[in-house]
Amino acid sequence: MTLVVEHLDVRYGGVHAVRDLSFTVAPGELVGLIGPNGAGKSSTLHAIMGLAPGTGSVRVDERELLGRRPEEVARSGVALVPEGRRIFAELSVEENLRLGLAARRAHAGVKQVFDGVYEQFPVLHEFRARQAGLLSGGQQQQLAIGRALVAEPEVLLLDEPSLGLAPSVVDVVFAALEAIKERGIAVLLVEQRAQRTVAASDRSHVLGGGELRLTLGPQDAGDTEKLVGAYLS
Amino acid sequence: MTVTWQNLADGLALGAIYALMAVGIGLVFGVLRLVNFAYGQLVMAGAFALALASQWGWPLWTGIVLCFAVVLTLSMLMDRLVFRPLRGQSPAVMLVATFAVAFLLENVALLWFGSLGKIATSVTSLNRPWTLSGVEIRKISIVAVIVAAVCLLLLNQLLTRTEIGLHMRASSLDSVTARMLGVRADRVIGVAVLISGALAAIVAVMLTVQTPLVTPDFALRDTIVVLAGVVVGGLNRPIPATLGGFVIGFATGVLGGALPTNQSQYLPALVFAAVILVLLVRPRGLFDFSRTVERV
Repeated sequence: MTLVVEHLDVRYGGVHAVRDLSFTVAPGELVGLIGPNGAGKSSTLHAIMGLAPGTGSVRVDERELLGRRPEEVARSGVALVPEGRRIFAELSVEENLRLGLAARRAHAGVKQVFDGVYEQFPVLHEFRARQAGLLSGGQQQQLAIGRALVAEPEVLLLDEPSLGLAPSVVDVVFAALEAIKERGIAVLLVEQRAQRTVAASDRSHVLGGGELRLTLGPQDAGDTEKLVGAYLS
Repeated sequence: MTVTWQNLADGLALGAIYALMAVGIGLVFGVLRLVNFAYGQLVMAGAFALALASQWGWPLWTGIVLCFAVVLTLSMLMDRLVFRPLRGQSPAVMLVATFAVAFLLENVALLWFGSLGKIATSVTSLNRPWTLSGVEIRKISIVAVIVAAVCLLLLNQLLTRTEIGLHMRASSLDSVTARMLGVRADRVIGVAVLISGALAAIVAVMLTVQTPLVTPDFALRDTIVVLAGVVVGGLNRPIPATLGGFVIGFATGVLGGALPTNQSQYLPALVFAAVILVLLVRPRGLFDFSRTVERV
């Protein structure tokens, strides 16, 4: 399923957070959204997910998502790995993963889905009975991604998954994104690590002041001047 | 003041009943962040259903079925007509709405049944004593403890072993994230409201055994005491809230029986003085020993 965002506007009272934003993410594509703080990246994800009010159009498989409640969006095959992970600290790792099943449309094959997540993130299998709040930051991030994958989404949104993580853990996260993309999932990645995101993504949209300023390809990752220019434009 | 075995048994029974009320209030608070002040009026409605059933000469079981039907229907109507349209409003708005519902139901009961109320006699046989090791204890004291224990056990199984239980726990911890994961808020809240209503019906049956005279303010005082108990125990967590309800019920039951008749009017003052003292010393709740375990 292709995620199609057209002419998206997000306003919080008098604040115009996203202005006339349009882009697509096809199955098996990894698209980055980068830009300085307040550029409208997270607001875009929140509007897609039904967590923020938006106008324009957000479609998945020709189904309009704008105006739907978050649980309906999740059940339409869109999963969000939120900023700050938002795992349920008091529940066990396995219970957190089971919550991901809430959005899953198929009832069969639960074991295979869990096996797949445990294979991708072995630490989750090792600590499956442990209280999730006791995991390290990197492990919690893996849990948040694993929880989203349990739903078997066709579109995966990630909001700053590398925030606050050690460089070695960031490598694990980006390797996981590559593997997820190869499974045919459309991935939309919001990140602060611009160079890393541009290098890993099929294309990266630079946002500024809520607007799309520039689109970069992986070949631009080494072009520091272009990256800095995009942020300052 | 002399404490007898019967006083202790009464305290345990009232503690058990209050624990069930605390769970009923705590479940709805968990998923809606709403302190349902009208909870006592659900119990009152169930008690009137039992009173009417006994007045009409219905057998006990049909009276209990009617009690459950009335309370569950009212619970669902309360959710559909008041809580759901106001969802997302400030806690103050929601609280005032529950006050309004409480007084509305109380005044409807006043109009229909009058201030003198009705007598529920269908289950008063449980007031007769059993003799255990030479000590006479009313059957209701033992039945209340057993019923409460079974209800709490079943509820614990539901919350820890089922999908809907997991969704209810997640929603009470972080409803936005739970919804974002696909947990259907309406379904979770509906189930919590229904379970809360079922507990109110059970409480109605047990309270009418102890107090067969059902008036429009039936269970109102109990609800206020339980709300205090829930806050004293720890409103944010189900087990401390339940313990808070039990402790305040136990204390009220024991002191109510043990205080001389000419001093029993001081009981509410004593209980609420203790509540204030506890809140001053442990504002987060007497039984809330949780720590923040999240690592960053």
